[in-house]
Amino acid sequence: MTSSETKSVRQPRVGLFATCLVDLFRPSVGFASVKLLQDAGCEVHVPVAQTCCGQPAYNTGDRADTREIAEQVIEAFEEFDFIVAPSGSCASMLRKHYPCLFEGDTAWEERAKAFSAKCHELISFLTDVMMVRDTGAALNARITYHDSCSGLRELNISEQPRKLLGNVSGLEIKEMTDSHVCCGFGGTFCVKYSEISNAIVTKKVGNIDASGADMLLAGDLGCLMNMAGKLKRQGSDVEVRHVAEVLAGMTSQAPIAGSGK
Amino acid sequence: MELTANKFKANASKALVDAQLQKALGNVEKGFIGKRQKAADALPEFDALRDNARDIKNHTLAHLDLYLEEYERKVTAAGGHVHWAQTAEDARRIVLDICRKANARTVTKGKSMITEEIALNDHLEANGIEPVETDLGEYIIQLRGEHPSHIIAPAVHLNKEQVEGDFRRVHTHLASERDLSEPVSLLSEAREVLRQRYFAADVGITGANFLIAETGSSVIVTNEGNGDLTQTLGKVHVVVASIEKIVPTLEDTSQILRVLARSATGQDMSVYTTFSTGPKREEDPDGPDEYHVVLLDNGRSAMLGTEYQDMLRCIRCGACMNHCPVYHAVGGHAYGSVYPGPMGAVLTPSLNGIDETGQLPNASTFCGRCEAVCPMRIPLPKMMRHWREREFERNLTPAVARYGLKAWAFFAKRPKLYRFAASLGMPLLSLFGGTSRRFHALPLAGGWTRYRDLPAPEGRTFQQAWAQREALKQEAGH
Amino acid sequence: MSARDSILGKIRASMGSPASNDDRRRTVADRLGSAPAGIIPERAKLAEAERIELFCAMAEQFGATLARVGSYGEVAGEVSGYLRDRNLPATIRIGADKRLKAAGWETEKNLELRHGPSDGSDMTGVSHATAGIAETGTVAMMSGQDNPTTINFLPEHHIVVIKAGDIKGDMESVWAMVREKQGKGEMPRALNLITGPSRSGDIEQTILLGAHGPRALHVIVVD
Repeated sequence: MTSSETKSVRQPRVGLFATCLVDLFRPSVGFASVKLLQDAGCEVHVPVAQTCCGQPAYNTGDRADTREIAEQVIEAFEEFDFIVAPSGSCASMLRKHYPCLFEGDTAWEERAKAFSAKCHELISFLTDVMMVRDTGAALNARITYHDSCSGLRELNISEQPRKLLGNVSGLEIKEMTDSHVCCGFGGTFCVKYSEISNAIVTKKVGNIDASGADMLLAGDLGCLMNMAGKLKRQGSDVEVRHVAEVLAGMTSQAPIAGSGK
Repeated sequence: MELTANKFKANASKALVDAQLQKALGNVEKGFIGKRQKAADALPEFDALRDNARDIKNHTLAHLDLYLEEYERKVTAAGGHVHWAQTAEDARRIVLDICRKANARTVTKGKSMITEEIALNDHLEANGIEPVETDLGEYIIQLRGEHPSHIIAPAVHLNKEQVEGDFRRVHTHLASERDLSEPVSLLSEAREVLRQRYFAADVGITGANFLIAETGSSVIVTNEGNGDLTQTLGKVHVVVASIEKIVPTLEDTSQILRVLARSATGQDMSVYTTFSTGPKREEDPDGPDEYHVVLLDNGRSAMLGTEYQDMLRCIRCGACMNHCPVYHAVGGHAYGSVYPGPMGAVLTPSLNGIDETGQLPNASTFCGRCEAVCPMRIPLPKMMRHWREREFERNLTPAVARYGLKAWAFFAKRPKLYRFAASLGMPLLSLFGGTSRRFHALPLAGGWTRYRDLPAPEGRTFQQAWAQREALKQEAGH
Repeated sequence: MSARDSILGKIRASMGSPASNDDRRRTVADRLGSAPAGIIPERAKLAEAERIELFCAMAEQFGATLARVGSYGEVAGEVSGYLRDRNLPATIRIGADKRLKAAGWETEKNLELRHGPSDGSDMTGVSHATAGIAETGTVAMMSGQDNPTTINFLPEHHIVVIKAGDIKGDMESVWAMVREKQGKGEMPRALNLITGPSRSGDIEQTILLGAHGPRALHVIVVD
């Protein structure tokens, strides 16, 4: 379905999968996502029967609970043309991993595959499906962008946010060294192996500081909270935001960390 | 070596504060990553070759019994001997028997992870035979009584000052005032010392990167030339290799060789790629009088047909650990097992059982960089997750994590209850965050707040705020 | 049950019930018989002149030194020059390769030739390559009286003579040559593919030349 077709027929109906971290910690990202999707011509819905994509259970080896959660998500969202999440790792869970949960269960496997094919990460959905080139936002800032692992390596998200950010007027991108290297979050990893996680995020924060940027952006709230928490602990002023907030021009809410000075 | 995989956390804690180690670990990122990328970028067919290499191994594994039979037939026809070993113990016994028959007092060894896996050196020593490691890195760690911390760079955890100290301690026959301050002088000294050992050795033991069914050849891929001296100068050459090293043909070997060195060291080809087929022949002026291959199973056949079969495609290039943020942070010894890093986190539980090794497949952020660079396209994170599933099924997951997860899953599976709990909890959490909007310490979140602040939530949940906005819109509409 | 039968039995059991063993055997026999080539990098597919150029460039890139001479008669002079330039003793270790016999040694009166395998005391060894691989600047050496394997590894300096016409684009073409010489499925006792001089990066990842094998590799291409 091309965007011109959808516009001439009807607006694509998008189910926003807000993700549990956005829901609990950073509602602004949810509203920014809604604005970006609506500006791109989507009819946005937020089904109430959503909690989490199931990654914590999935990555702890609890397949039974993961599957129950996945069934619930599929049931709540499969009516939409697209399911969009402002997170590479949650979107990848929906898009890449859900079908694996139902291997051998023919009926559910087909259903999961049909569902997964409609799932997208927010920024890549805007650029690759809705063909958005410019979100019309403006911000005077020198930003650096961290490539969150799942989005980068499972969904090939790398150029898309940079293209949109490149068109934000007044914004300058200062690439950090190793922007594609893990920040050490890793879901439960960061508490199970907190010392190692700390070593990894310390290196990351060093690269952020060295980039000369006064704002850090990324597309995953987990990574952002990890890096923000470390920056804050180290007394850094680097402002931390989800990329959607900047692209939507919604930066009035206080940042996740930092003052940007 | 003693398996301490389940002491991973304690091992890692020590590693993180070991200044020498941390300095040396910087060389892993510096030394390997850029070189691999450059070599891969210079070959447009690189990714297609990776696909082909994967397919070759998959084909081989699906016909492994037949290729092994053909390989054995060809080795025997070339005058070599094939010995089958089901376990590490069997392999040790077979090698010892060969050494004893050759009246061996010393054996030289080319670098081989498989002989680490079967703890061959300890066994030979216990039986009065001196093993001499000849790869520079292996030689250094043998002097130190250590095990490799990396599968292709065994001494990558050391700095040159440490090596100098070891050489001065052991090479007491050399002038004490000699200059050993530079790596090149250390290398020269090792070269001189080891030269004599090759000629004195009765048996040379190597591993194999490939065993070729078509020709009955064993292949070693090296840079130093020590493996070749080991297998050429001894009277007896013993190859110890696991059953999945088989490839069908010379052409198949060539395909995989094109991705091996590039992935490992960033070379287009390693310096020496040697194909050995049987013992010295009638017209040969050099080469070993006897050629033995010990084919080791040690748990591999049990991986076939399971979700871990793909691991048998591994060609031991080390790219996964070279690109692993966890390996970069703690180094190879922290894993407490023969094979460190992501490939070890998958293979070690297969070899030693998940009960004793459960920490390893958990110690990953699932960043996926290992899979992204694996020349054989082994889905390492997926297999680590499968090990976590085995662990969870068997109730081996630590109780705190298990109950925490269950409590979370209880809410995650009940959207209404979840919304209710969140609508109460998050405003409170937000309130406690205060004007600084962060937590320096929070009960039950010690793993997080020990090292970083926890950004405070905004207040209302997104779902609450969204519902309110929609309700206002509706009102306005009426 | 023998260890062999037990291992093979476990492997077969892991396959569940494979379609048909006859089919599997045929598949294996076909692959071993036809040895399909797979992907050959484009850079290896060159006409002869460019192929030799690429071989020389790659060999130098990987640390070898290069010389090109017009005929076998000029090889001895090139070898003498190499030794002189590096202040090396005028003694070489050399095998029984007929092509090397005709290398013009008679003109180099001061050069001493030691024949047979190396015993580790040689500073310089000279051998003749079976083939070259342009793709990676690699020389392929076959064991035997003509070119004993020890000469490839023990001397400090290894001089390899190669006929320009034996330089192939890729490794696969070398296998075709080996099969022609040895027969399908047969190999010499040792076949060494050598790409540059011996090296190690085991100390602090610093690449150093001359680990256990030759410190220098000098390739003489005979046009």
